[in-house]
Order: sequence, then C-alpha cells, then structure tokens
Amino acid sequence: MSLSALARRDAAETLEPIASPQIQPVGDRRGIAVALDGLTKSFGDREVLRRLDLRIAPGEFVAIVGRSGGGKSTLLRLLAGLETPSNGTIRLDGAALSGLTPDVRMLFQDARLLPWQRVVDNVGIARGKDWRARALESLQDVGLADRAGEWPSVLSGGQRQRVALARALVSRPRLLLLDEPFGALDALTRLDMQKLLSTIWARDGFTTVLITHDVREAVTLADRVLVLRDGAIACDRRVLVPRPRPVDDPQVLRLEKELLAAV
Amino acid sequence: MGSGLLSWLRRPGWLRRGADGLVPWLIPVALVVAWEIAARTGLIATRTLPAPSAVLVAGWESLLSGALLHHVWISTERALVGLAIGGSIGFALGVVNGAFAFAERLSDSSLQMLRNVPHLAIIPMVILWFGIDEEAKIFLVAIGVFFPIYMNTFHGIRTVDRGLIEMGRLYGLSSGALFWRVVLPGAMHSILIGIRYELGIMWLTLIVAETISASAGIGYMTMNAREFLQTDVVVLGIIIYALLGKLADALTRAVEVRALAWHPAYQRHVEGIAA
Ligand SMILES: Nc1ncnc2c1ncn2[C@@H]1O[C@H](COP(=O)(O)OP(=O)(O)OP(=O)(O)O)[C@@H](O)[C@H]1O
Ligand SMILES: [Mg+2]
Repeated sequence: MSLSALARRDAAETLEPIASPQIQPVGDRRGIAVALDGLTKSFGDREVLRRLDLRIAPGEFVAIVGRSGGGKSTLLRLLAGLETPSNGTIRLDGAALSGLTPDVRMLFQDARLLPWQRVVDNVGIARGKDWRARALESLQDVGLADRAGEWPSVLSGGQRQRVALARALVSRPRLLLLDEPFGALDALTRLDMQKLLSTIWARDGFTTVLITHDVREAVTLADRVLVLRDGAIACDRRVLVPRPRPVDDPQVLRLEKELLAAV
Repeated sequence: MGSGLLSWLRRPGWLRRGADGLVPWLIPVALVVAWEIAARTGLIATRTLPAPSAVLVAGWESLLSGALLHHVWISTERALVGLAIGGSIGFALGVVNGAFAFAERLSDSSLQMLRNVPHLAIIPMVILWFGIDEEAKIFLVAIGVFFPIYMNTFHGIRTVDRGLIEMGRLYGLSSGALFWRVVLPGAMHSILIGIRYELGIMWLTLIVAETISASAGIGYMTMNAREFLQTDVVVLGIIIYALLGKLADALTRAVEVRALAWHPAYQRHVEGIAA
C-alpha cells in the first residue's frame, strides 16, 4: 500500500472516535492502593516535596495539577521507582516500594519510542513469554494494530503517544502514571487520547495518576483532582459528576474555577 | 540551450534518472579525455605524466603477471589487520569511557593528549621499536585509526537520549539488553561516521608507511617504479589507492543504509514508492 493511502486512512481514523467495542472487559486485575506518608524529596538543599501524606484507593483516577516546578514530575518519578525518597515512605498495597516493577508503568510527555525498532518491537520492549502476541493485542487496544511493522518516525505525534500507551499496557500494570502525556498534542487528538485512556481505564481498573496543566482535562477525566503547590497538596477535590461529563455542567465549571484559583 | 534543457527535463522519468546517474561522471570523463589528448600530442611529456591509455596498459600487464594482485593483497592485508587492532581497541575504549564516568575520568584526558600528536610524527620511533618490518606498518595504521573510532564511539554513547535509557530501565531491561537495544543503536550514527574517517586515515597511513620502507605492497610498487622512471606504474599505484579508498567508502555507505534504515534521512526508497 502506498504511504499516501496510509496517510489518508490515518486522517479518517483520527477524526472518528476511537472504536470502543473492541475493548472487552477483563476485570481479573484490580488497581493498586497507594499510600504516601511524610514523603519528602530534596535535591541538594532544595526541598521539592514536603512531608506529603496521600492515600489513593485501588482503581482510583487521580489528576494532579499545579504550577511549573511544583514537584509534580518528581512525585511521579518517586512513585515509578526512578527516584528514592529523601524521607518518608511509599507503599503499594501495603508493601514498601522497592525499585522498579512491571506493576507500575509510566508515560512521559514525549513518547520515548526507540526510533530503531519497529512499532511492535517497541511495544514489546520488555520481551518475555509470547511478547509479540501480547504486544499486538495491546496495539489492537489503542487501534494501531495495522501499524505494527512501521518505524516510529512515520507516525504522527498522537499515534506515537498511543504506541507508548500500548507499551505501558502490555504488562497489565496496576498503577499507571502519566506525566503530561497529551501536553504536546493538538486539541482534537487530545480529545481522542482522553477518550481512549478513560475507556481502557474503565475496562482494566488500574489506579491512575495523571499530571496535567489543563484543569479542564483533570476535571473531565479524574475521580479526584489534587493541586500540588510548593511541594505540598494545596487542594484535594472529588469530582462527583457522572461520566461522560459535559464540559458545560455547572458543577464541572464551578470545580474548574475553584481549582484554577488554588493553583 | 534553454529549450534543450527544458525538453531534457520533460523526458520520461526513467530516462531522466538514467541521465541523472551520468551527470557526476561528466567532469572526470572530460578530464581523462583531455589528458589523453595532451599526452598524445606531446603537450605533456610522458616523463611527467603518461597517457591514461599507457596507465591502463601498465595495469593490464601487471595484472597478467600477478604482480598487481600480489601488491594489492599485501597492502589490503596490512590495512585490515591494523584496522582490526586499532579499531577494536578504539571502539572498546569508546564504549567503556562513554558508559562509565569513572573510566572517562581515568583515561580520557591522557587520550586527548595523545590525540594531539600527529601519528605520522612517531614514525622514527616506530622504526626504532619495530625496525622496518610488517609490525611497524600495522602499528602505524592501528594508531592512526584508533582515534577517530574512539572519539566518535565515545561521543555517540555519551549523547544517547537519556530519556530512552531511563525508559529502558523503567521497562526492566538488563544492562546487556540496555546496551544492545538502546545505547549501541543510539550511538550507531556517530560510530559509522568514525568508521568512515577511520578508513580514510587507514589508507593514508599505509601509503606513507609503505613509501618509507617495504618490500611489497602498492607503496613499494610505486616507489620501485619511480627508481626506474616508470611513471605509468606510479600513476597506476595512485589510482589503485583511490579505488581502494572509494571501495571502502562504498562498503561503509552500504552498511550505513542497512544499519540506519530506521532513520528518516535513510528512507529515500520509501519516498520513491509513495510517489
Ligand atoms: N534531578 C534533579 N536535580 C535537581 N533538581 C531537580 C531534579 N529534578 C527536579 N528538580 C527540581 O525540582 C523542582 C520540581 O521539579 P518537577 O520536575 O517535579 O516540577 P513539575 O511540577 O513537574 O514542573 P513542570 O510542570 O514544569 O513539569 C524544580 O525546581 C526542579 O528544578
Ligand atoms: Mg513535570
């Protein structure tokens, strides 16, 4: 097939909502419970996180907003095991977090695909038993099964981020961490990605922590929105509006205003 | 002229591509023809520069007698042995110093100091150590190719995207898998540049070394011919060096196209299909 035909099909794909019927409920794995107690992180003598206490219920979708430099990424990297706390504890399902685990996966603002590996090899990067079949299945979930054999460089930004999502989902994580994963995407693609993420989250029930600078995105997607300011939680709100949430819902609007003031 | 160019541009694609392929050859062919004419008409004395046809004849005779292949083989062998030794040490040190900060602190500044010594400047030293045997030439080639591959491997490994390495760790890759699947491919572009430099230096060093002292090899062949005023063989030697250099470069290009197939800059064939 010619590339221009692929590109045409692709444009059509982006405009349609991502097909949800292909996503079947699994329900065998639940989310993980997260407990932070007195969590402190300093770089040199700068305290980035200050005695943070937080409980996240299994399967809960938490969004974190806050000003640049407030320590959001640092918090996420601690949860992923990429950094170690200066003080305090992180427990997952009651057990102290000990380094990296396939139960926890993370998405970054840039997709971080290996440009020298085909899409499917990127998705199955952790290898292991039947990795190719599992990678293809995961690609199917994000609607990119037909691009499995391509180089990442020919994909659009949104597609790359979907591949990164597929890669994160291969190991069926129980905690998914997202650090502004849609920040660099255009508005339409962003909506598609949000829809895709909520569909998969609703199906798999993993615990989700999403960092975003977009308060509306936080309120649309999450069960609960936290504002992180100067290394501490300045505001913690539940979103009780049933999904899907209309953007003009008065409760949503009120919450948005309140959060913007707290940021 | 203008309309001629226009009609040429309007020719069918395959014809234009065929003609395109010939364009780089126009200047060399014209030069050779001019040279032949100048030599035949006595404009250039044969003692100064023999006619291209004379060089061809000399090459043909040398090929038939087996001397040419003998010399080429000896030179190639020296080049490859030196390359294997210097290249692999340079690559290994580049990897180690690129990957481990301690190793870099330990050895990099010493290496940088040595790098500033032109390797041909140590020829008298090398002759003292090894005499004028094979070892001397191989040693010189090895030293010559060491630095380009060391520098480029080191630089390539150092500049691999930190984010990708972090991602690899996050997905539980072992250090071996991290090296083969993330670090090395990420450094490959730079390493291949090092190899191309390295090949140029390899032939250059060998020419100098063989000209100084040898009893076989292309350098010996040309120096020997000089004594007997066989300018056609001297020119033949120069052309053989050029061809070997070009061949080495073409081989690296081919490796590059394969190894960097993922790189958008190397996907011209894909564009061709889409057009
Ligand atoms: N490895 C590090 N070494 C030193 N300082 C660091 C390091 N990582 C983060 N910091 C500092 O910690 C503070 C918080 O950074 P962090 O990346 O967590 O902020 P953020 O809330 O994610 O900001 P943004 O919204 O801009 O992404 C910043 O002042 C940053 O300079
Ligand atoms: Mg950040």
